[in-house]
Amino acid sequence: MELLQGTLDLLILRTLIFGSQHGQGIARAIQETSDKELLVEHGALYPALQRLEERGWISAKWGVSSNNRKARFYSLTPAGRKQLIKETNKWKRLAGAIARILGPEGAGG
Amino acid sequence: MFGRKRKLDDFTSEIEAHLQIEIERMREQGLSEEEARATARRSFGNLMQAEERFYESRRWLWWDHRWQDVRYALRVLRKSPGFTAIAVLTIALGIGATTAIFSIVDATLLHPLPYPQSEQLVSIEDDLPGVGAHDVGMSEPEWQDLQRSGIFEHVSPTWFDENNLTGSSQPACVRLLIVAPNYFALLGVKPQLGRAFNPEDHSPGLILEVLISDGLWKRSFGGDPHILDRSIRLDTDLYRIVGVMPQGFDAPGRTTEERNIEVWIATSFYGPPMSDHPPRSGRILPTAVARLKPGLTIAQAQSRLDALVAALQKEFPEDYPKLSAWTVRLLPLKERVVGNTRQSLILLLGAVGLVLLIGCVNVANLLLARASARGREMAVRQALGAARQRLMSQLLTESVLLSLIGGIAGLAILFCIKGFLLRLLPDSLPRLNEISINSPVLLFAFGTSVLTGAIFGLAPALHAGHFDLTPALKEAARGSTGSGKQARTRRLLVIAEFALSLVLMIAAGLLLRSFWDLLNVPLGFNPQNVMAVRTRLPYPNDPKIDTYATPAQEAPFFRELLRRCRALPKVEEVALGDTASIPLDESLRDLKLISEGQFLFTVEGGDIQSDEPAVAERSSVTPEYFHLLKIPLLRGRLFDESDNDKAPQVGVVNEAFARTYWPNQNPIGKRFRKARADSPWTTVVGLIANARTESLAETGVPKIYLDLYQTGGKRLAIFLRGDLDAAAIPGEVREQVQSVDPALPVSGAQTLSETVSASLSERRFSMEIVALFALTALLLAALGIYGVISYMVSERTHEIGIRIALGAGRRTIQQMVLRQGLGLAIAGAAVGLVGAAVVSRLMAGLLYGVRPTDPLTFAGVALLLIGVALLACYVPARRAMRVDPLVALRHE
Repeated sequence: MELLQGTLDLLILRTLIFGSQHGQGIARAIQETSDKELLVEHGALYPALQRLEERGWISAKWGVSSNNRKARFYSLTPAGRKQLIKETNKWKRLAGAIARILGPEGAGG
Repeated sequence: MFGRKRKLDDFTSEIEAHLQIEIERMREQGLSEEEARATARRSFGNLMQAEERFYESRRWLWWDHRWQDVRYALRVLRKSPGFTAIAVLTIALGIGATTAIFSIVDATLLHPLPYPQSEQLVSIEDDLPGVGAHDVGMSEPEWQDLQRSGIFEHVSPTWFDENNLTGSSQPACVRLLIVAPNYFALLGVKPQLGRAFNPEDHSPGLILEVLISDGLWKRSFGGDPHILDRSIRLDTDLYRIVGVMPQGFDAPGRTTEERNIEVWIATSFYGPPMSDHPPRSGRILPTAVARLKPGLTIAQAQSRLDALVAALQKEFPEDYPKLSAWTVRLLPLKERVVGNTRQSLILLLGAVGLVLLIGCVNVANLLLARASARGREMAVRQALGAARQRLMSQLLTESVLLSLIGGIAGLAILFCIKGFLLRLLPDSLPRLNEISINSPVLLFAFGTSVLTGAIFGLAPALHAGHFDLTPALKEAARGSTGSGKQARTRRLLVIAEFALSLVLMIAAGLLLRSFWDLLNVPLGFNPQNVMAVRTRLPYPNDPKIDTYATPAQEAPFFRELLRRCRALPKVEEVALGDTASIPLDESLRDLKLISEGQFLFTVEGGDIQSDEPAVAERSSVTPEYFHLLKIPLLRGRLFDESDNDKAPQVGVVNEAFARTYWPNQNPIGKRFRKARADSPWTTVVGLIANARTESLAETGVPKIYLDLYQTGGKRLAIFLRGDLDAAAIPGEVREQVQSVDPALPVSGAQTLSETVSASLSERRFSMEIVALFALTALLLAALGIYGVISYMVSERTHEIGIRIALGAGRRTIQQMVLRQGLGLAIAGAAVGLVGAAVVSRLMAGLLYGVRPTDPLTFAGVALLLIGVALLACYVPARRAMRVDPLVALRHE
């Protein structure tokens, strides 16, 4: 399943709530926690990370990965945490609303 | 934006790390090195695109694009030097002229006066609106009230006068300003040599110390460094020089003479030669300047001043009758200096702005023509994936660059001819020596350039913005390019250009006709072969040393001077008068108004009810004056020997005077007198024809001539008629004057024709400038229509070829092209005529003898414009005529 426009930012923020992670790790985590339903084009991840960093929602520094490789680690900033809560609520409301509109027929069809 | 820049390298190595981690993970899942690498790449997606997106997001791209655009634009401009030269020249002309006018506006209107904290400096004007009198001056007690009011740091009355300076190399008539001792402390200016007056000095009478100007120091004293404490005589009174003002120090005055003061004298305006206790009602102090207390705005000061005036009116009801409604007004001092020029300067800036606008239209037209010729380039670039935005921004870069080059060229030209231009300016313009090309002016030129570039680049850029690809590529293949829409825009631009030019040209035409009419107006006197030379009798403060105290004491000097001048070679006639009798002389107008000139009088037996005095022009002359100037006597007699200081005063009036005050009556024998009860009556003995001696534009100004032997006079003009040598006369007259009294100065020798022409100098200046702008506009409009028609011809070469091949006559082809041009010119002229009718109404005050909608000027100028348009179209029309059908058709 392709990612909906605008949801990648939310997923990245959500992934980082468990601690700092590098780009490849974030991509993997999104794929695995969604039971491989969501495919993230890894290349698309980096401009998104770039954007979030510029907005001050995540911060980055170079570190060493579990298999001893140099990698850039991203972590959630307090502003990012707030943003995550806001976005999550919005998303839940939206999803609920869409579900109500589609109703049982939608589920059946 | 640029502060937290992340390097591209950093980004690349992050992606590299990602790929490595992914590869290792795949390897762990049992894939081969090759497979692992391929999978990792695949799941990453487009690597290049990620990097590109990073790059674009970093704004480097923006600068990159701009730099690309600039380089590309330079290459394009270099490739078509003809186009570039014409465009740059047009812009250089427009921006150079606009900047030149702006530099004047900047120096005169925008800059603060060159004194410390000059925003605190004000001019004080007393008005009596109840009796319609303005700027009437103040009395000494009122000055003291203002000094003590707590509103001002200092208040100083100023009193402009002339004096005879003796004790230097040659007697000279110097411009003098009588001020309070605090004057220089008030302005905050120090002398370059010596000291200023002591601001605390409040002794009675004149303080016998003077400061002199740098100019006078160098001219009359050879720049002597030991000038201090030297004695000089001003109108025979002895003074001591205590200081020399710095070079370039101009007094803040309203007229040129008041700004170029040569000697300053201080007084507290009481005590001999003035009254010991000056009365409150004696408004003898003509003008005043003041410095507000720090922190006080003019509005705050004005409201406190209004309260003070109200209190004084209550305290001295006899001195301030309710009827006159005395008020005191504070004006920024700058307003007094430059206020008169604001209107005309802003008008000038408007005219030059119009020229710049026409230039813009022209360049826009050239660019559009080129844009259509480059249609194919644009289409190809767009087809290859160039974004429209990029194409538009590139075109805009080109035009702004063009405009900047033009601006720089314009400034360069301006720098080169700066000196020449400054000499063109009339001397009456205040703050002339402050005009310079400084940073605000440069900033203005830069801003105008960028704005201009954006304005004339907009049309082509917008066209590139919505550009239909397919037809452009197809048309380009056929060698014909411009779209219909573009051609229409170009025609509209040419029409606009013609309309704007016509407005300017009609304005210039009307001014020119006014000027011409004024030059040819019947003067009523004959200035040919007449020269006027000035001298001035001293008016000492000490009556004991006054040798010219009464008209009877002056008469022998007048007679001797006339006798001697009559004997000069080639001199046929001689007369004397005061300086108000010099026809159309505009110098020292204010001073003349006080001492001579305008005169309030009442007519005997007039309407008793209205004690409102009448005003007329007045001068004192010797009887020879009328014959010398060829002003005919219509009735009665001129002055003669019997009219001396013991006989009753007599006068000669002109027809306008007689008609105004004694309509349909014989004026001879009628009497009038100065508007003061104790003045003696003056009997009219002669009636003369009207002459335009006061104003070229006005006929029939009521005028009174009195007998110089009866009134006496200090500021004198010696009139000489004959086949004179203008170069020798000043020296010869000086010799004669000084052989009668060696202490008298002689100056200002001028032929009357020069005086007449000088009275037109301001009109001439504005006419010349507007005419110059109009000519430039005409030239630009001609270039514009030439460009459009040439382009049309080249666009239709193919069609013309077919027409010729099918048997169309070459004359027909030529006429077809000319008709196209004529259509544009007539449309432009029609729009312009409407615009001109509106604009010329605003100019009504500047015109003489022509109505603002003078049909002859309107029609003539419109025809001229259309004629020039036809001429400009003639060249491309001939080219069209000569089209070889074979070549034209084979071209395809």
